[in-house]
Amino acid sequence: MTAFKRLFRHVRFNRTVTLCAVTLVVLTLLSLLAPLLTSHSNVTADFANRLLPPTLADGHIFGTDELGRDLFVRTLYGVRVTLFVAVVASFVSLGVGVLYGAIAGYVGGRVDGFMMRIVDGLYALPFIFFVILLMVAFGRSMFLIFVAIGAINWLDMARIVRGQTMSLKQRGFVDAARLIGVSTSGIILRHITPNLLGVVFVYTTLAIPQAILMESFLSFLGLGIQEPQTSLGSLVNAGVDHMGSSSWLLVIPAVALALILLCFNFLGDGLRDMADPRGKT
Amino acid sequence: MSLLEVDRLSVRYPETPEPVVNEVCVALDHGDSLAIVGESGSGKTQTALAIMGLLPANARIGGSVVFAGTELIGATPAMLNRFRARRIAMVFQDPMAALNPYIRIGKQLGRVLLEHKLCRPGAVRERTIRMLKKVGLPDPERQYHAFPYQLSGGMRQRVLIGAALLGEPDLLIADEPTTALDVTVQAQILHLLYELQEETNVALLLITHDLGVVAGHCQRMLVMDNGRIVEHGATRDIFTSPASEKMRMLLAAAPRITAASPPPREPAGGKPVLEIEELSVSFRERRNFRQEHLNAVRPLSLTVGEGETVAVVGESGSGKTSLARAVVGLIPADSGRITFLGQLLPPSLNSRIRASRRELQMVFQDPLTSLNPAMRVADVVAEPLRVHEPGNDDHADAVLTIMKQVGLSTALLDRYPHELSGGQAQRVAIARALILKPRVIICDEAVAALDGSVQNEILELLRHEQERSGLSLIFITHDLAVVKQISHRVLVMYLGRLCELASGDTLFARPRHPYTKALLNAIPQPDPQAKPVDVLLAGEVSSILHPPSGCPFHPRCQAAIAVCRDVMPELSAEDGSEVACHRAAELDLSY
Repeated sequence: MTAFKRLFRHVRFNRTVTLCAVTLVVLTLLSLLAPLLTSHSNVTADFANRLLPPTLADGHIFGTDELGRDLFVRTLYGVRVTLFVAVVASFVSLGVGVLYGAIAGYVGGRVDGFMMRIVDGLYALPFIFFVILLMVAFGRSMFLIFVAIGAINWLDMARIVRGQTMSLKQRGFVDAARLIGVSTSGIILRHITPNLLGVVFVYTTLAIPQAILMESFLSFLGLGIQEPQTSLGSLVNAGVDHMGSSSWLLVIPAVALALILLCFNFLGDGLRDMADPRGKT
Repeated sequence: MSLLEVDRLSVRYPETPEPVVNEVCVALDHGDSLAIVGESGSGKTQTALAIMGLLPANARIGGSVVFAGTELIGATPAMLNRFRARRIAMVFQDPMAALNPYIRIGKQLGRVLLEHKLCRPGAVRERTIRMLKKVGLPDPERQYHAFPYQLSGGMRQRVLIGAALLGEPDLLIADEPTTALDVTVQAQILHLLYELQEETNVALLLITHDLGVVAGHCQRMLVMDNGRIVEHGATRDIFTSPASEKMRMLLAAAPRITAASPPPREPAGGKPVLEIEELSVSFRERRNFRQEHLNAVRPLSLTVGEGETVAVVGESGSGKTSLARAVVGLIPADSGRITFLGQLLPPSLNSRIRASRRELQMVFQDPLTSLNPAMRVADVVAEPLRVHEPGNDDHADAVLTIMKQVGLSTALLDRYPHELSGGQAQRVAIARALILKPRVIICDEAVAALDGSVQNEILELLRHEQERSGLSLIFITHDLAVVKQISHRVLVMYLGRLCELASGDTLFARPRHPYTKALLNAIPQPDPQAKPVDVLLAGEVSSILHPPSGCPFHPRCQAAIAVCRDVMPELSAEDGSEVACHRAAELDLSY
């Protein structure tokens, strides 16, 4: 736990990390408070005001889409879904992936073989087929999208963590911990995991954009978020159709998406530096 | 005009307040041999790197380095490259790190020739093989195709020396060329270096922390401390009448085999604490789809009494570390019994009861890898108590006491291991072992990674603990000199077998096994008057996968006779000492 304490002790000293964290918090708050911020609805079509360019006049500050819905509200709802996907993805890959990989790597032998074959099996499953199967079995819901993304997202993490653990296991401090009597779970939690944080953070920042993109891909195929619900990915998709005439429909959600992805990237980088006790803070 | 003239060379880094090299002046001519001696952090390696133009980009360099009339400081990389290999070459400390693991050694050496256009492409192979032969690589035609990992440490260092000499340089810089090697191999490599120097008349700049390495051969030496030269002159003069405080300190700290040191106090009770009976360890290795048995430790017995220190000595591959790891349970023993405090210990650590795990501890070679980099000193030291006394959360007092006991300031409690010096880190590791009040501590090369003076402090600390609490110590080491002052008994191992076990005094004065004698002889003495190191041990440790028939040591033994080739000598015991040699009775190996 000392590693986490240390992390948060240093957070305020790093400007980039602070900036990114603040941006993400603001975006989260905005997306949660979206209904209070504007009188426009995100679902009601308003054919009189189709494809309005951004204007301050009647509150459509980001303009409207081809059904006359306010893009500002829709973008915020999109941010909500996208951030949610990101959080789910990172939690699943952090929680499940790190522990799974650390256990497989540390225990080794048959346990490792068995655990990693499960990972291989899940890898081998065609993703789209898997999603369709889920949809058929349980019907369409946002929850299932998260299950699908979560189920795929931790696999890479487990593999990377396993490899790292296997090399950490060779280090003298693991032997030293065994000799003073630390239990296997104690070694994994207190000795191995804190030393994995650097890699884990970097990989999480790669996994989050991957999950966000996966979600927009599913939405594009019609397997994901369904209209009138929306995500940044589906907004960008819709915007592509009007790229020539109404560019704001593409640019605004794309900028929001890029902003989120950048923030996660810098955040991961900064956290990695802070997780390394050798780093200068 | 000398070949190399270094004038007021300074090196400084933005993040350090003090320059790491401060106004250093060196002059060197053809055929000269000059040693730079100092402890870690004294700036000796930085000086060498500055001469080679290998310092990192953020280094600020002042002063001048003139080589054969050309200023090297501020020279363009292309110009420096013209000097490298042809005029100046370097041998690094760690031969594995200096060789590319993916390229066969013949090709790596050939590249030196091609890159610097030293010979026709057609003659590369022949010249390389000639060089490999010259540096004493056995069977150079075959080794030409070997990958670095297939060679032993000593052979790799020979290859590196060969690579350095390919361009027939005027100046050879050797940075701790033997520190990573066994004493016996060190003797061979030093011998080779000096021989080649005489043959080629190259100027040799030898960088080392080991006074023994310097004393035998270098005519002149510099002593560095904190980036400054504190003393320079003829080696002989400096050794006989050191002018600087630093040199006197280094000399006092240098381990000596010959000097009479006060014998360690007799062990307190002598009641057996740890009894190892017929313990053997083997590993299964899969090679070329076949399983092979690697017998790291052949059945071996040893009893350690209360308050006693036993040193286990041998070259790498002797099985000494496997023995230690099997005793503490990190690797399972194949057979044999370990009795600890009257109770039989199961072979695997997980099936041992708490109490025995608590009272049998180990200190590892490299303190920086044996301390978790993500844990603060306070947590490292308190962890054993947290594990063994889970109900009790307040270990602060115990931690403070133990920190004082091992001589560490409590200000260090908040630090991470990488913020400690080597000696401090090893003290932390010792504190972690001592806090459980163990009865036996096994030290696996516990001081090998430390500077001479720090080595002595750590040994002194362990001895003091022993006197205080009747602790027993098993000291695993490759260097007999280090353990001379603290061991009551010494066990010499070779290829997993016991060669000789005797009390310290007896073993150092009258070794009975030729291998013990050879180990003792290989240690370079910090005394220019002493006769240069004999290379009694030719060749290297035989493969443990395919050990020789008969006495395992016979291929390298100068006293070997016919029977040694065929029959494994029995262990003969005689007033407390044991020896396994056919000729033990007739050979007189005493000093």
